[in-house]
Amino acid sequence: MRTSSRDFTLRRARTLDGALAVLRDDPGTVPLAGCTDVYVALQFGQRPGSRYLDLTPLKALRRITERDGNLVIGALATYTDLQRSRLVRSRLPMLVEASRLVGGMQIQNRGTVGGNLANGSPAGDTLPVFAAAEAQVVLQSTQGERRVPFTSFYTGYRASVRRPDELITAVEVPAVDARQWFRKVGTRAAQAISKVVFAGVRASTPRLALGSVGPTVVRLSRTERVLGSGGSLETAIDELKLEISPIDDLRSTADYRREVAANLVREFWARTA
Amino acid sequence: MRTRFTLNGEPRELETHPMRRLLDVLREDCGLTGTKEGCGEGECGACTVLVDGEPVVSCLVPVAQAEGCELLTIEGLGGDHPLQRSMMTEVGAQCGICTPGVVLAAKALVDAPRKPTLARVREALAGNLCRCTGYEAIHRAVLAAHAERHAK
Ligand SMILES: Cc1cc2nc3c(=O)[nH]c(=O)nc-3n(C[C@H](O)[C@H](O)[C@H](O)COP(=O)(O)OP(=O)(O)OC[C@H]3O[C@@H](n4cnc5c(N)ncnc54)[C@H](O)[C@@H]3O)c2cc1C
Ligand code: FES
Ligand code: FES
Repeated sequence: MRTSSRDFTLRRARTLDGALAVLRDDPGTVPLAGCTDVYVALQFGQRPGSRYLDLTPLKALRRITERDGNLVIGALATYTDLQRSRLVRSRLPMLVEASRLVGGMQIQNRGTVGGNLANGSPAGDTLPVFAAAEAQVVLQSTQGERRVPFTSFYTGYRASVRRPDELITAVEVPAVDARQWFRKVGTRAAQAISKVVFAGVRASTPRLALGSVGPTVVRLSRTERVLGSGGSLETAIDELKLEISPIDDLRSTADYRREVAANLVREFWARTA
Repeated sequence: MRTRFTLNGEPRELETHPMRRLLDVLREDCGLTGTKEGCGEGECGACTVLVDGEPVVSCLVPVAQAEGCELLTIEGLGGDHPLQRSMMTEVGAQCGICTPGVVLAAKALVDAPRKPTLARVREALAGNLCRCTGYEAIHRAVLAAHAERHAK
């Protein structure tokens, strides 16, 4: 790693309360989970912080359970855990599909849901899934716990309502009673950062979410309204093209992303009919 | 910080900075240079080792997270795993930089009784890049090793 580790300190969390106290006393502390984003940043010579807190000993945060009708996914659950979980497979198959396509097996064995959400890359593959599933992010600090609807979690490019003294402890996903579909369009299956990523739920008013077409994940509420009120697919596609404003960047052009997004919505509509 | 783990079956204890990459600790402190560094960014899989039986990229693992774990590196296979032999007979290795990582990433497929499909082999090796072979010889080697390992 280019940055010498000697400049850094690392503490290992022993209890959740202990971890939250560290963040309260020193909100500049950077939590570590699977390190698949943080260690890449360090390799590139970036310095996400100088004091780190390893969350991985907090095994309770890795559990996947059912509570009050919600699927509760602990922040430390890995992509491999998600694929193996009977609960996730039966309740949220689009998340299993998304997890299968994150990096290769080595990344899936380490990378976590909490890391994907906290990192907040607009290309994060689980983000559209949680947006379409109307999940809530559970945040905890020494002052207590709060729940934030996924669609109001992000405030801008890699920015969220999470305070530096808060940890993401879980994501809660209500029952999804309609067909779900996930698709990622990238360059190489395993390593690609998505060019466009889509998740959709075919409810009476369908719920559609796209990643990599803006600074944060977006719900296509205008397109959803057209489809929910019986408008034709092509009317909805016209609305979609007005609704999103992708950018040109290293990975692709805005026009390409707009066209891919339209095709994804068409394919979703056909597959979930 | 003192870190303890089991390395290729032997208990180890060492004093090192907890944020050093497991890759560097294995190569520099433990003298096990079979684990290779290709990219240092998690993309190539050359640094793959098994932690509690699961393949991980050791360039993205702080050594503190190996505390109490069972580690297996290519040296721990001892040279006579069927996949090590078939990588030679099928010429699945050319320059060899990717080979230790490929062997460890595919080991679970070879050891499991169920015969893997080509699609499964590709999926298991999706995180391992090879600049030399074009992959087909590697895939053949995995299937051949499975056949040998489970021959009656
Ligand atoms: C080769 C490779 C391929 C990849 N492919 C994909 C891909 O296809 N799709 C994709 O979406 N991502 C991909 N990634 C990115 C990465 O693997 C994911 O974003 C992963 O989910 C990050 O999780 P982590 O546990 O490793 O995070 P870490 O690196 O440990 O942390 C990431 C960030 O989240 C913060 N954090 C972690 N946990 C918490 C918590 N509980 N509460 C508060 N903050 C927290 C950390 O402080 C840090 O800022 C890839 C990465 C690599 C190296
Ligand atoms: S060196 Fe670790 S993945 Fe390339
Ligand atoms: S044999 Fe050279 S990289 Fe695979």
